[in-house]
Amino acid sequence: MTKIQTQYNRRSFLKVSAAAGGGMLIGFSWLTGCISSEAEPKELAIPKEWFEINGYIKIGDTGMVTIYSPNPEIGQNIRTSMPMIVAEELDVNWENVVVEQAPLNTGFYQNQFAGGSLSIRLSWNALRMAGATARRMLLEAAAKEWNLTISDLTVDKGVIKEINGERSIGYGEIASKAVGIEVPKEVELKEIKDFKLISTSVKNVDGKKIVTGKPLFGLDFQREGMQFAMIQHPPAFGMKIKDFNEEEIKSMPGVKDAFIIDTTIEKPGGFDERGFQELIAIVGDSTWQLMKAKKAIKANWEVVSELENSEMHMSRMEKALESGKFKEERKDGDVDSAFKKAAKVIERTYSAPFIAHNTMEPMNFFANVTENSAELIGPTQMPNALEGSVAQLLNMPIENITVNMTRMGGGFGRRLYQHFGLEAAAISKKVGGPIKLVYTREDDMSQGTYRPTYISRYKAGLDENNNLIAFSVKGTGLPESAVFPNRFPAGAVDNYSAGSYAEETNITTGAWRAPRSNFTAGAEQAFLDEVAELAGKDPIDFRLELFDRAINNPVGDKYEYEAERYAGVLKLVKEKSNWGETKPGVHRGVAAYFCHSTYVAEVIDMVMEDNKPKIKNVWCAVDCGILVNPDAAENIIQGGVIDGIGHAMYSQLTFTDGAPNEMNFDRYQLIRHSQAPEKIEVFFVKNEIAPTGLGEPGLPPAIGALANALYGVTGQRYYNQPFTTYKPLIG
Amino acid sequence: MPTYNLNVNKKNHTVEAEEDMPLLWVLRDLLDLVGTKFGCGIGQCGACTIHLDGSASRSCLIPISSVGDAKITTIEGLSEDNSHPVQKAWKEVDVPQCGYCQAGQIMTASAFLEKNPSPTEEEVRAAMHGNICRCSAYNRIEKAVNLAATMES
Repeated sequence: MTKIQTQYNRRSFLKVSAAAGGGMLIGFSWLTGCISSEAEPKELAIPKEWFEINGYIKIGDTGMVTIYSPNPEIGQNIRTSMPMIVAEELDVNWENVVVEQAPLNTGFYQNQFAGGSLSIRLSWNALRMAGATARRMLLEAAAKEWNLTISDLTVDKGVIKEINGERSIGYGEIASKAVGIEVPKEVELKEIKDFKLISTSVKNVDGKKIVTGKPLFGLDFQREGMQFAMIQHPPAFGMKIKDFNEEEIKSMPGVKDAFIIDTTIEKPGGFDERGFQELIAIVGDSTWQLMKAKKAIKANWEVVSELENSEMHMSRMEKALESGKFKEERKDGDVDSAFKKAAKVIERTYSAPFIAHNTMEPMNFFANVTENSAELIGPTQMPNALEGSVAQLLNMPIENITVNMTRMGGGFGRRLYQHFGLEAAAISKKVGGPIKLVYTREDDMSQGTYRPTYISRYKAGLDENNNLIAFSVKGTGLPESAVFPNRFPAGAVDNYSAGSYAEETNITTGAWRAPRSNFTAGAEQAFLDEVAELAGKDPIDFRLELFDRAINNPVGDKYEYEAERYAGVLKLVKEKSNWGETKPGVHRGVAAYFCHSTYVAEVIDMVMEDNKPKIKNVWCAVDCGILVNPDAAENIIQGGVIDGIGHAMYSQLTFTDGAPNEMNFDRYQLIRHSQAPEKIEVFFVKNEIAPTGLGEPGLPPAIGALANALYGVTGQRYYNQPFTTYKPLIG
Repeated sequence: MPTYNLNVNKKNHTVEAEEDMPLLWVLRDLLDLVGTKFGCGIGQCGACTIHLDGSASRSCLIPISSVGDAKITTIEGLSEDNSHPVQKAWKEVDVPQCGYCQAGQIMTASAFLEKNPSPTEEEVRAAMHGNICRCSAYNRIEKAVNLAATMES
């Protein structure tokens, strides 16, 4: 067994126990319900008494177990998979588990955020430890009861048995005694091979609530006496509010108040990025009345910085690309002389536009600010950042602020940013009572924190034997470059250079599912396809040759990936897709990418149907270490593939005079059902490596595989996203 | 403000609302039926889909004054014990990622299957075209609709 030091002490348990069992969850119980999760116990009665074993686990006197899921749920399914990990080590029957969302408690839980595909990766040990510690305490309590040692006992599905005897006792019966056991300093974790629950497919714990329309999301939250609130931000980046027809708005039906809020804070953090600090706020009785009042706003805005447009953005980036401003971030060998020596040289430029996150649930937050306290409830991927920013805004000690997380109607990075929670707090403070702030789709899509726009130029040189001897990439973007200097093919080419330059914009940007990778994978993998073609090599064999080089004789002293695992997913997708097999009219594209510590290779098959390219099948090979919940993992990889294809094909935000031209789904195109691939098969590499990211890594390679399949089917290379804008194709 | 009598999920409700208030907000803000979701407000995303006399309709575009005697069914009233074949199939396939658009997807699918109980895959795709799933669980949605078509109601 693996022994592991426990990182917490009795005091921290007690602290979180008080929080989880006490005031913090009160008023929030409508969200969590006692036994309404999908794992609804079939035989167990609702406990009369619950015993907090630790901050993750509460055991009822009937044997029912509550497991708190610490992190925000955005659709990555951690509300099911995190408790599964705890339940595995606790050795409890999943049927008897009820899942609740843990409150924000940075003093106890670690890494309570949803970002960087890190939830499971960062909490793997902590979750296992929580289960193993509780199991050990329950065992010790039973041993004490029977005057035995724990080596005399075994556990199976929440029942402790005497090895050499007849006695047995359920967790529910011994839980009251386990509470008094000292937390062990060291616990034993299971061997990977002994897992019973992990790596089996468990259904979404909120599945029943979702299909029956139960309140789950921030937008569904209600509180007695709560008013609704909406905001109006300036119509363009570079503008600021001067004044508005306050009295007229206040006199509209259902409107209780209208005013300007200032959400400026002294020390903004990385997640305080937002379009506008000062906004018009309207408070009233119903969402609809506020929507009407919003339309009646007549405001004076002042121009405070340049009103930018899309042509300006593109020319700024192109100019930067031609300039010598690039900062060299990696250099192996002598790139310039290698290009001079090369028998063939190819250079290509790729670009991608600003895009919005467009979570289906628009931004919203509940806030109840009093003189001494602030209570915030809603969808946030980064609750502790919100807590900190609200503390600054209200000039209030952090202990007086509570943040609770609702299930989120999508995240994609959008809800890492805190402005809407901050705005809710500012409005609640002004009106002196509870409010729920709701954004319209237009508010959301025109507010900013977009995926940056990028441009990268790739250049490759082949010798007379078609070996890749030189490779360079330089990238810029507004406001960052997407170049990863130490990723593939760094380490696999003798002469390699990578450089970046950040251009400026007043359009605000933020992390968007697989930041930077969501552009770079598509560009790099489309470029490598073209290089392979120039070399007269099969695109998979060409990549595998490079990985062989990185495995056998790596160039330079640091590169980010493990070449064997990278090659492994390519080989797996090659096998599963029957790569090399040709079918009339079917064109294939391949791509592989490594990000969020996970390796993914994808093959896309396309055909022409009614003069339009159509995606038929997709094969994915994924190496993300141990799979916690295989069926859910497949779901998120499939979603990532379609998300990547959709944004590369159809989506973009363009600007005129500082204002986005696309503000709702009539002009902003998102991929729809009939445009999705007909079938996506996902294959996971089996190994015993601790789990790595899943929410993001499926997306980036899909864009490369799409570009390469499109080339096959149309005979044309695609360099600029969205691909349909340059030649309208798929309807 | 005018008063309206509505038949929602087989129950009668009397509500006072402005005549242009979309059914979506009547359901959510006045009747506390929050299962029907707000996504775009312009009938483009399908998150607010309900049944109006059995037909899938965008509740964000229907003013309360135009509802009349039509029978309204929301996700909360699709079945009494989540036993509708589409709900059962949805759970069986474990469709949702974030889950937000699912009520709208389920309402579109259930109205569609009522009219076309044995659809082809192509018909399913066309029928679901108006409902955006931002998490892109489209393949599973399709699988669940096809599964529901094989189930007895």
